[in-house]
Amino acid sequence: MPHINLPPEIPGIGAAFAFRPEAARPMRDLAHVLLFESGNEGLSSRDRELIATYVSSKNETQFCKLSHGAAAAHHKGGSQELVAAVWSNPDAAPIPDKLKALLAIAGRVQSDPKTVTADLVETARNYGATDLEIHDTVLIAAAFCMYNRYVDGLATWQPSNEEMYVSMGKQLAEKGYRQPSTSTNQHVL
Amino acid sequence: MPHIALPNLPGIRGPMAFRPETSKPLNELVEVLLRGPSTLTPGERELIATYVSSQNNCHYCQSIHGAIAAAQLDGALDANEELVRNVKRDFLNATISPKLKALLAIAGKVQQDGKKVTNADVEAARNEGATDLEIHDTVLIAAAFCMYNRYVDGLATWQPHDETLYRERGKMVAKNGYVAANLTNTVNSTEFTQPAELAVK
Repeated sequence: MPHINLPPEIPGIGAAFAFRPEAARPMRDLAHVLLFESGNEGLSSRDRELIATYVSSKNETQFCKLSHGAAAAHHKGGSQELVAAVWSNPDAAPIPDKLKALLAIAGRVQSDPKTVTADLVETARNYGATDLEIHDTVLIAAAFCMYNRYVDGLATWQPSNEEMYVSMGKQLAEKGYRQPSTSTNQHVL
Repeated sequence: MPHIALPNLPGIRGPMAFRPETSKPLNELVEVLLRGPSTLTPGERELIATYVSSQNNCHYCQSIHGAIAAAQLDGALDANEELVRNVKRDFLNATISPKLKALLAIAGKVQQDGKKVTNADVEAARNEGATDLEIHDTVLIAAAFCMYNRYVDGLATWQPHDETLYRERGKMVAKNGYVAANLTNTVNSTEFTQPAELAVK
């Protein structure tokens, strides 16, 4: 049960967003820019969602891991098998070397950002990563250390309903983050 | 040296100037959480931000938010700076309200792992008079600073160690807020910039 009186019918972060719309707006905007809107500049939205779901899996936040995994799977070039491969070991996943190098940076940001070394950044650059892509990788990883703690710290409802996540992933991949997911909640923020 | 070519500004201000599209929501979020309408004072909320940043060992964030807290709390600046140091070192023995101590305990759990927050932690805060909104905002402030701290450290930003720089900037942010302060985060800013000999070549 959530630690505070959140709307009971809304899963995960949506319930917290409904409780505090003033904070929800910039949090939605940030996700929209990082994961959706910037998907045509360098890193694709699929790659950005893979970073988000990888960090969420390392933080063991089921709701974020599954919803962003479903979004990555829905994007062009994504699949649930690919997402599962990234969760278990990015180095062995069928993804480009550049994305592997960026996921290595994201993993360090999640555990301790001071362990992001110049060598790791150099490796990403050698595979073609730009400063903007490295910046966005660090910020996506950092932002999911926020979203994950928000979802877990309030003990939000995190259902294990596979269909729900698939439909949420479709909505996020197609429409982005500015609006509440209509597939899971009719609640108007 | 920063991992990427950032404008010559300290801490989070470098990446904020580098990427205005993301700095906008980042500043709006911190403005809502630390300065928006709330039953917690801005000084109390800055103490939560400072404490979490010190637990994350982020020099820039704990220094600037400590300075903003000191500028906003009631009383003399010297005494407030001492209080900030005490909260970072041992908040249970600092001269703050029992409610704030209970909220800082929750913030400390969120900093480690959101799943560590227990019903007993929340109940203890409620017994000291904390409302749902105050508990919510404490969790989100702590979570948000786990983001800001990682952003600042993950890019290896320039984090000066001169306390007077933070004190002056702290007074300015306390007075004008984050969204206004962000307007000074420009590539051509002359205030509070890195000495030329340390700048990225």
